[in-house]
Amino acid sequence: MDIATLAFSALYQFGDAFAFLVLSACGLAVIFGMMGVINLAHGEFIMCGAYVTAATVHAGLPLPLGILCGTLASALVGVLVELLVIRHLYERPLDTIVATWGLSLIATQGTLILVGSTMAGVGTPFGSFQVGAYSYSIYRIVLFTASLAVLGALYALFNWTRFGVLARATIQVPHMAAALGVDTRLIYSLTFACGAGLAGLAGGLYAPTMTLVPTMGATFIMEAFVTVVIGGADVFLGTAPAGGILAIVKSGMTSWQGQLFGQIGLLIAVIIVVRVLPKGISGFVLRERT
Amino acid sequence: MTGFLSLFRRLEGPQTLGRGPAFWALFALVLAGALAYPLFSDGYTVGNTVYFFVWVFIALSLSLIWGYGGSLSFGQTAFFGIAGYSYGILTINFGASYGFTWIALLLAVGMAALIAALLGYFMFFGRIAGVFLGIVTLAVTLMLERFMAQTAGPEWRIGAARLNGFNGMSAMPPLTIPWFGGPIVLFADVGLYYVVLAMLVLVYLALRILMNSAFGNVIVAIRENPERAEMLGYDIRKYQLITFVIGAALAGLSGVLYTVWGQYITPSSMGMTAASLPLIWVAVGGRSDLTATIIGTLVVLSGFQALTIYGSQYALVFMGVLLVLTVLIAPNGLVLGVINWITKLVTRRKQEAA
Repeated sequence: MDIATLAFSALYQFGDAFAFLVLSACGLAVIFGMMGVINLAHGEFIMCGAYVTAATVHAGLPLPLGILCGTLASALVGVLVELLVIRHLYERPLDTIVATWGLSLIATQGTLILVGSTMAGVGTPFGSFQVGAYSYSIYRIVLFTASLAVLGALYALFNWTRFGVLARATIQVPHMAAALGVDTRLIYSLTFACGAGLAGLAGGLYAPTMTLVPTMGATFIMEAFVTVVIGGADVFLGTAPAGGILAIVKSGMTSWQGQLFGQIGLLIAVIIVVRVLPKGISGFVLRERT
Repeated sequence: MTGFLSLFRRLEGPQTLGRGPAFWALFALVLAGALAYPLFSDGYTVGNTVYFFVWVFIALSLSLIWGYGGSLSFGQTAFFGIAGYSYGILTINFGASYGFTWIALLLAVGMAALIAALLGYFMFFGRIAGVFLGIVTLAVTLMLERFMAQTAGPEWRIGAARLNGFNGMSAMPPLTIPWFGGPIVLFADVGLYYVVLAMLVLVYLALRILMNSAFGNVIVAIRENPERAEMLGYDIRKYQLITFVIGAALAGLSGVLYTVWGQYITPSSMGMTAASLPLIWVAVGGRSDLTATIIGTLVVLSGFQALTIYGSQYALVFMGVLLVLTVLIAPNGLVLGVINWITKLVTRRKQEAA
């Protein structure tokens, strides 16, 4: 195997890991970064997106539309959850964790009862291509592109739109924003819905690549949390670079020792980073800047 | 001697509910009832009660770390599993003679405490607090479950003990007391019941003393306001680390007793569901008080078991709903809320009578 194919293989694995980390984390990061709320039901929003995507594809919609439906469904559930539960707990961040954990239990077990232990999957589209001796899935490249697109779209949303400006104002000084006439409750609702929708999008995008079971959220949640912890509160200064660094750790450890060691590598990375940079990468960058 | 007596004075204090002769009379009554209980019951039911008691230790550990210390840890089940597996590995390798099971118990609990000390050092000295602490401990727990679940192959063995992957370890010897006429083997019935009950009472009283001592007051001060506690000159990192290690040891004790009780331990005892159950008991009971935690754990646990028998798959949904509703409606816990309400009622009666 020559250097070029080896390099391509490494790059491909990096891109795959990066896409997985960023896509599964950005919904969580938006909710945490903007509202300081840790949503332990994040994995279940992903599951919801994947299930709705699969259901709509089975009903005859094309995959992209199915993914859109999954995203919207998750966002809608997000609005409901915010209204019924999260809204009452903004002053008690620890209790939000506990409450969303309860929601996650309800969602996992409820799906198991209603839909059954597994759901028919969606075939991976686009097929594969050959580089050197190995074949690669084209869909993984699509996922990598999608993760970059999501980061770009989030940047545009929070920097160039009116909603983004109001949201950032609400995050910085909630009372002042409220005094200036911003409906902060609405902003929080929309932000939570946005985070939930992103989780649904991740679920929809990954629905064709994995088996759909009620506990599938758990496969995403650890990677998502690790990325958010290392990244810190800011989506762009934190999640994206954290995704990059962790993708190197994960793909390196995985190709060296196997999948489990990839995950152990992530865990060790998070413990070390947390000891050195308690506020994550974005905390470090922001401190340097001021 | 006076120092020893002053320890007993710490059995009552501002950090624990219940004081005065009335409370201790009730305590003695409950204890007498618990001691007499096996006389009126059959071995199977008593064994089942031991199962409930086993979980009380992990609930108390969560009450200590979360309720008193204010740091939410999802890592308790990890320590539970570490100690359970350690006990299995030790006893399968070295057998149960000469009272070794008790040494294995201590070593396994020590193992959990050691790993907690290591993890806790990175967390508390890295000044992780609040929600991040929960996430890191959760990540550790899930990681450990995944690691143990893939140890199915024959290469995963420690001495004579195969780890057995998802099926877990089994057939470790129960606790054994060496005795003159031959060792007493504590199977999951009356014998084990009295041993675990004795441990429970000891741990409960010791925790009461600890929480009402200067140490406990500092812990509560850190929960109320970490900065203030620090300004008053306490190195809060040390206090948090010590609490975390004590909590891990208690969770480890729970894990060893669970392994002893059923003579098996599986990776799923460290999974998401397993980690959430202690949280539910403690939250519903009333996390900031030891007594409320114990009552809540026993009540919710027996309710959960009854539900599992009648509508197995709905039990977890019900638990989730219970948790969400408790957090929304009675953030301090249902049992604690009821106790506080009764105390208020009684004092009002007294004032009216006076």
